[in-house]
Amino acid sequence: MATATGTRTIHIKVKRYQPDKDAKPYWQDFAVQAEGNDRLVDVLNKIKWEQDGTLTFRRSCVHGVCGSDAMRVNGRNRLACKLLVNDIGARVTVEPMLGFPVIRDLVVDMEPFFAKYEKVKPYLMNDEPAPRTERLQSPEQRERYDETTKCILCGACTGSCPSVWANPDWVGPASIVNAHRFIFDSRDHGGAERMQILGDRNGVWRCRTIFNCSEACPRGIHVTDAIEEVKRAIMFGTTDIA
Amino acid sequence: MNYHKYDVVIVGAGGAGLMSAMQLAHNTSVAVISKLYPTRSHTGAAQGGVAAALGNQEEDHWKWHMFDTVKGGDYLVDQDAAEVLTREAIDAVYDLEHWGLPFNRTEDGKIDQRRFGGHTRNFGEGPVRRSCYAADRTGHMILQTMYQQSVKNQVKFYNEYLMLDLLINDGQACGVVALCLRDGTIHTFHAKTIVFATGGYGRAWRITSNALACTGDGMAVAYRRGIPLEDMEMYQFHPTGLYKVGILLSEAARGEGAYLLNKDGERFCVRYAPTMEELAPRDMVSRFIVQEITEGRGIDGKDYVYLSVAHLGKEKIDAKLPDITDFARNYLGVEPYYEPVPIQPTAHYAMGGIPTDIEGRVIMDENNTTLPGMYAAGEVACVSVHGANRLGTNSLVDLIVFGRRAGKHIAAKWLPEADFAPLPPNPDAWATEMVESLLARASAGAKGKGETQEAIRQDLRDSMMENAGVVRDEQHLTAQMAKVAELKERWQTMRLMDTSRTFNTELMEVIELGNLIECAEATVAGALARQESRGAHYRSDFPTRDDKNFLQHTLAFRSETAGAPELRYKPVVITEFQPKERKY
Repeated sequence: MATATGTRTIHIKVKRYQPDKDAKPYWQDFAVQAEGNDRLVDVLNKIKWEQDGTLTFRRSCVHGVCGSDAMRVNGRNRLACKLLVNDIGARVTVEPMLGFPVIRDLVVDMEPFFAKYEKVKPYLMNDEPAPRTERLQSPEQRERYDETTKCILCGACTGSCPSVWANPDWVGPASIVNAHRFIFDSRDHGGAERMQILGDRNGVWRCRTIFNCSEACPRGIHVTDAIEEVKRAIMFGTTDIA
Repeated sequence: MNYHKYDVVIVGAGGAGLMSAMQLAHNTSVAVISKLYPTRSHTGAAQGGVAAALGNQEEDHWKWHMFDTVKGGDYLVDQDAAEVLTREAIDAVYDLEHWGLPFNRTEDGKIDQRRFGGHTRNFGEGPVRRSCYAADRTGHMILQTMYQQSVKNQVKFYNEYLMLDLLINDGQACGVVALCLRDGTIHTFHAKTIVFATGGYGRAWRITSNALACTGDGMAVAYRRGIPLEDMEMYQFHPTGLYKVGILLSEAARGEGAYLLNKDGERFCVRYAPTMEELAPRDMVSRFIVQEITEGRGIDGKDYVYLSVAHLGKEKIDAKLPDITDFARNYLGVEPYYEPVPIQPTAHYAMGGIPTDIEGRVIMDENNTTLPGMYAAGEVACVSVHGANRLGTNSLVDLIVFGRRAGKHIAAKWLPEADFAPLPPNPDAWATEMVESLLARASAGAKGKGETQEAIRQDLRDSMMENAGVVRDEQHLTAQMAKVAELKERWQTMRLMDTSRTFNTELMEVIELGNLIECAEATVAGALARQESRGAHYRSDFPTRDDKNFLQHTLAFRSETAGAPELRYKPVVITEFQPKERKY
């Protein structure tokens, strides 16, 4: 195994906030013994379990598929379970994602995020009676929207987007990714409806192609490219674009 | 008191819970309670596929699938349930496709299918392509698709509510009590129907593929309220977990042709299972690995072997196994294009759980007496379709088939004649008392007496690994019974720090730890009493299967006092396939 191991001390600075106790957020430093192969989420758990049981964050699968532990690490949105101690150096700052109301410490309010997701009608629309077996779809048609099916709704893209910071009402990149997943699915008939929603002033056009979202995505989705594809589909009135 | 009233309350928002909700959303008042946001549920971590005898790639029949399920489960499977599972899998997979699930496709546009462990053609002749899949993130796609449909059907969710208690009154399930994590309030949900779809408890072992959230909440809550737990000793270790971290590397890798290699570079599975080789069922492959390690053929003499995909080529790896090869890169720094990946067996799946009949109705005893208004589906339940060992891909089949069946039965048969049973007096008293006493203990803070909950959690996980893992015997299991009793005591006096009612995850974790200990108790008691080896339950002191004495399901009833659970047994349903020796 190539990765270096060996125990070392990590200095981690966490932005704390407990609304029933603190007037405003503050920074707290922790020193933790960690191995190079430990995940950042393991380090946070060590703090919680060994030093300070009040440290609060979400986590579940701890291997990058459930999307619970998106947070801002050294200024970038990351999943704490996809980041190894080897990758983050000896000094780390951890804070809640920007653009979301903070509930406590690293836990942010995801309700507005899911409300925006629901706005783009993120489900297959097809009123034709279903056949007895499967609807057919060629491997090429299936490949067309493969990338945007990877989204785990962690919010890392939306929380990294300056357009979202400036205007919390904007649908944001994650919603557009999920609209893209259906707009380019050959089985779906709801494209026009979704493109109308996204053609609105709080739709795709508030994207300024800053590319923070693509950098933030822990699933490797080229988010900005997906948004551009939706923009072009709206502009040309067709999904039949290169 | 925060009071809510619904016809149906579903606890758990993974595949089984959402599938049930889908059957009910149109015409009943239904709420889904989940301690996570639905898309965080552990269904999303399933990788390889969902089995159904569609026959898109080669001849296949549901009866072959049924036979494989029964044989794979070492004949502890209830065969009426296995028939339902495999027949209805076909329509359930088409339902998912119609709802938009992005399955991989064949050249002619049908759902693509691939090989998986233990799935054979013509009753064991050789591997068959039966697993319908979406790359190596089939569970993610199922969870996303089900959640999308829930949004479409405007299902009411209570997200980040931790279920604490089940209410039973007048012989009927009538509600649950839950903690709202966001503000620490206690909520009572009054309902005609309760569905538990809360998943498994892999976090009871040190090496596990399971999420931190997999803490057996539904099983423990039911067990405390007098519902037995069935076949809990049947716990599956998946052969290929990433070394030390336990993260799952799907059997799909072996389905696509990956090898397991010992330190001599030998494909040792060929020696043990000449027909199915690496695609023998999971319980067997896990034991092959343990035997290789025990006999000194682990890599560098250590406790792991290699999974090698390098010979499949970059193109196939990227198309069929992108996520799991990323796990190897990300967490072990291994490049699977060129290097073999270190793996070891990892605690993965509960074949046992809350006993149900084939409609998802919860069963209270060995006479199959149902508890009116109470249903369970998915990993939390034991129908039993998996018997002593689940086949790969059959967990997702279980979710969709029995989640669907429970929902349909509630809508068509139960609700038309059901009424609300009155709540018991002070319905939230037990839950409130538990939460308040834990918060009171926390007010002593870090200076308080007692050990941390982490000390207890580690002791549980290490001891379960040591004493109730892939290989078991009387001595270790007896020691573990004592250990579990000791951990229960220690749980009562541990030290807590967080007094806040706002998103108190320490409180959540300590309640979850208590649930894990309950599940461990039933597991170890069942394992100690089952003096035979069957499926995932391997006793080195009783290495053969004993159909004369143990072709039956264990039911563990929690003791009212502090003692070990009472064990009773119920017969296995055998319809078509008489027990035979299991060879692959």
